[in-house]
Amino acid sequence: MVVDARKITTDERLAALTLPSGGGWLGAARKNALGRLQAVGLPTRRDEYWRYTNPAPFNRATPAQGAGGPGEDPFAGMDAYVITIDGDALDLPDGAPDGVEINTLSQAAEADIHWARDLYATLEAAGSRPVSRPFAMLNSAFATGGLAIRVTGPVARPIHIRTIGGTDPILHHLIKVDADASVTVLESGSAGARSNIVTEVDVADTAAFHHIRMQGPDATQQIDTHLFARLGRRATFKSFTLSANVQLTRNEAILEIVGDDASAHVGGAAFGRGDFHHDDTVFVTHGALNGESRQVFKKVLRDGATGVFQGKILVREGAQKTDGYQISQALLLDDDAQFLAKPELEIYADDVACSHGSTTGAIDETALFYLRSRGVPKRVATDLLVLSFMAEAVEEIADEDLRAHIGAVLADWLSRH
Amino acid sequence: MLTIKNLHVKLEDEDKQILRGIDLTVPAGEVHAVMGPNGSGKSTLSYVLAGRGGYEVTEGEAHLGDVDLLDIEPEERAAAGLFLAFQYPVEIPGVGNMTFLRTAVNAQRKARGEEELSAGEFLKVIRAKAKDLKIDAEMLKRPVNVGFSGGEKKRNEILQMAMLEPKMCILDETDSGLDVDAMKLVSEGVNALRDPNRGFLVITHYQRLLDHIKPDVVHIMAGGRIIKSGGPELAIEVEVNGYADILEGTS
Repeated sequence: MVVDARKITTDERLAALTLPSGGGWLGAARKNALGRLQAVGLPTRRDEYWRYTNPAPFNRATPAQGAGGPGEDPFAGMDAYVITIDGDALDLPDGAPDGVEINTLSQAAEADIHWARDLYATLEAAGSRPVSRPFAMLNSAFATGGLAIRVTGPVARPIHIRTIGGTDPILHHLIKVDADASVTVLESGSAGARSNIVTEVDVADTAAFHHIRMQGPDATQQIDTHLFARLGRRATFKSFTLSANVQLTRNEAILEIVGDDASAHVGGAAFGRGDFHHDDTVFVTHGALNGESRQVFKKVLRDGATGVFQGKILVREGAQKTDGYQISQALLLDDDAQFLAKPELEIYADDVACSHGSTTGAIDETALFYLRSRGVPKRVATDLLVLSFMAEAVEEIADEDLRAHIGAVLADWLSRH
Repeated sequence: MLTIKNLHVKLEDEDKQILRGIDLTVPAGEVHAVMGPNGSGKSTLSYVLAGRGGYEVTEGEAHLGDVDLLDIEPEERAAAGLFLAFQYPVEIPGVGNMTFLRTAVNAQRKARGEEELSAGEFLKVIRAKAKDLKIDAEMLKRPVNVGFSGGEKKRNEILQMAMLEPKMCILDETDSGLDVDAMKLVSEGVNALRDPNRGFLVITHYQRLLDHIKPDVVHIMAGGRIIKSGGPELAIEVEVNGYADILEGTS
């Protein structure tokens, strides 16, 4: 008898999960996602996009270890509307800023909110072609909670989603930004030992979505995220993630430009040591005229840490005047660390400018000596050069105050980890 | 102040001897110039004193006061009062000049057991010193040396020197890449720091820098040794006749 490892893994994982109750559109969407997951199965290392990252920890029926603490709040002191998700408990506090309507996922299903129905698992399903994203499908089927955020105008204060507690949370967020509306969403927290978070973002014509996510600094976590976005005409999408010392992270961003003159930027800075594995997998599709996209990822690795970058730019036929840029760089602080990069361009239009680059390097000894010759101790000098290396990614944050704040958190985390 | 005895240095990875027995003493309050043709070992001397990697000291010693320089890390040498103005100051994108300088000043103060300067105190001091060197607020905010002209980089080196207040300053070809006006400005910055308690070792190819920074003693270096020492007139002799005559005279 031929033993199908994929099927066994998938069956075992699914056996440990229960489809949440409740009918309506959410129930139908869950069943649909489950069907799609069963058709493709959970990934193995033989799959093209799981070659560099072992999916086994995400495949396990239960997480390998217990939950960590809630961790520090990297946005503490910032004037933001904070929504705390503690395990399954999700309370929407009073005082939401003007220009936004927020519901929990279950409220959105009960109240039959149509925009949420139309968005739920839609970008996920579209983003699972041509590359299947089984953990996103699993999320759409089994999500235990999440938020439905409708942005109807310019929102002055950032919305901070702080996720803490739980052991193995599966969260699914929906964000719809209407025409001319704009919002900044912050994410932080160390939810559970293992977490699976899918966020679907629909950015309408002339709308703007800014996203800053902080992962860590927690050495015991395993995080799997998918960020799906669709951009209309002259829409802006900017997402930046800072990751520190999370044991295993797979951050996927699947962005599709469907309206002309849109701009999609996704970037990240990650550092870790030892048993640290960080994977950024990005797929940007240009399907309209004059689109601009940037992928800027920096990783600092030491003591055997591993970094992975898989970034693709797909330019569809007719998406002329596309400007696509992609850079992934790793700074290896010792010989044991490794960086695996797979940049891809697939272009079906003839009047486009796309570029990609990937580098792996060691610390600049001349610069290190320069700093030390001024009396800066080696450890601090190394941190300064790490900050210097990561600066290009941090610069991707548009808002000056937030950029300075993230720079300060990065410096603080570096000095302590 | 600075005492170097019989210093022999080779490249760490190659069997190439660069310094072959340097003897040099710079007393506090004096300015000594080291001149010499390309490849004579002038820059190596400055790097070895400051603690750059890639060199191996095979013989000899170097002390700053009582401190054995060769035994300690570059940052410890700096805290002990040694400063090297680089020939090619390094660009560090993403790190503000001011942040860098404050980190350096406070690291040294901490190493010496002194209280760190607050942001306010630091700002007050640096503004005054930057003004003397015609360094504007914009240059202080920019990343270290990024986009600086040759002259701005060298002025920035002197600003660091002024902020760190070292006991012993080594200037490695500080005149290279400077036009006449910039050289004058840099020299004024250096002269303002001349002090009975501070020594200077000025490394240069050309006599013209020494018109501005007047040395007490001039040493001529060739083949990894100091082959002749004398007063300021030695620099003028080099300017007029080149190194050939001196080299011949000593060989």
